[in-house]
Amino acid sequence: MNLGIALLTTLIFPGLLYALPAGWLMLWVERKAEARFQRRIGPPFFQPFFDFVKLLSKSGVPRPGLDGLMMAFWPLLAVASLIGALALLPVFPRLGGFAGDLVLLVGLLELPSICSVLAGFTSRSLFGEIGSVREAVLSIAYNLSFLMALVAVAVDARSLQLSTLATAHFSVGRVLALLAILLCLPAKLRLNPFSQPNAEQEIYSGPLTEYGGPQLGLWELSHSLEMVALTGLFASLVLPRTGVWWVDALLFVAVSFLLVWVLAGVAAGTARLKIAQAVRFYNQWGLIAAALALIAAGLLPGGGL
Amino acid sequence: MNLLERLILHSRRRSPWLYHVNSGACNGCDIELSACLTPRYDVEQLGIRLQGSPRHADILVISGPVTRNSLEALQTVYAQVLEPKVVVALGSCPASCNVFAGSPVVVGPLERYLPVDVYVPGCPPRPDAIIEGIVRATAILAAKPARQTEKEAVQ
Repeated sequence: MNLGIALLTTLIFPGLLYALPAGWLMLWVERKAEARFQRRIGPPFFQPFFDFVKLLSKSGVPRPGLDGLMMAFWPLLAVASLIGALALLPVFPRLGGFAGDLVLLVGLLELPSICSVLAGFTSRSLFGEIGSVREAVLSIAYNLSFLMALVAVAVDARSLQLSTLATAHFSVGRVLALLAILLCLPAKLRLNPFSQPNAEQEIYSGPLTEYGGPQLGLWELSHSLEMVALTGLFASLVLPRTGVWWVDALLFVAVSFLLVWVLAGVAAGTARLKIAQAVRFYNQWGLIAAALALIAAGLLPGGGL
Repeated sequence: MNLLERLILHSRRRSPWLYHVNSGACNGCDIELSACLTPRYDVEQLGIRLQGSPRHADILVISGPVTRNSLEALQTVYAQVLEPKVVVALGSCPASCNVFAGSPVVVGPLERYLPVDVYVPGCPPRPDAIIEGIVRATAILAAKPARQTEKEAVQ
């Protein structure tokens, strides 16, 4: 493990220096694409940045005692864990650096969702609690297939090391596993048709109902970083590696943004499902794809396509 | 005014988030406000978003003549909106109670209870008028000091 490279990935690429602007850009691409799909013009280029600065400059909700501390802690923990997850993404697998494994990455990617569930319950708002319950139910539903698909990727490559996973050859199991991961992405990012946890006009804003000002800004930030991390995870698993670092980086960025565009298209083209329908969807199609991937990965290890 | 403050005021002007309260309106104004979000008017171009929670909002859009039942909820929601905030009265009802004036269940006009910054008259106002009203409200938002705590705002 090389400390210099670890710092480089945390702070520059794909860490903070890349992820902050890329997160804002992805939020913009998502909103703009959704608007264009609906024949609208959509928000201006700097909109997510303006939203973020405005939220930071607003006054916060005065909340005394442990509740206030916890409410402030959840978005911070979510942002911190996502920065950690970003640093682990195997964009340049041959570079070495911080040799994290899949288990750590999955844990870090899961924390923001848990934070948001806890935030809803901490706020003691009825709508926050309903949103938290929905988030928890949905996360159990999609995580079953998401985790099974990641296990399939690991079984297929016979390793838990992220750098080995990223450079493994394509096989039937890996393709099926990537498909299952793709199915889980809209729910992980709470986009339509799986936007039940933050269903506006229905349960206000779900777990974030009682948040406002700078803390809400941190949640927006964590949402954008989540988008960078999850699309980045998919991109780093699906990309062929050329070995030239700037080509790899450019391809990584391009695939990430393409994925955001696709997700925005799905969000614009669908309406919100009921929570039971969403759970059923993942327990059927998500699980079928993930289970087939696991079986294929176990039976045909590393079999080239 | 330094660069940071100018950035704050600029982003405040460019990112107004609305929360809409119906205080006994006939739904006419509410439909016109929804029409602003449609592809024909598309207020997202101006960074305007309709938010689900008053905690997230900068601009409180209130329609209706203020009924006795809705008054307490209205005041609670106003208190929940974080500083800096602006109130837009949508339609003729909050301004004058309109055709509901004199009704025993109507306690308006809105001015008696909350400080109104912008009036958008009409029964109902056209979406163009609503958008102009919201843009004026953002100018009022941007004219407020860049850094202000909840306590200072109350004073």
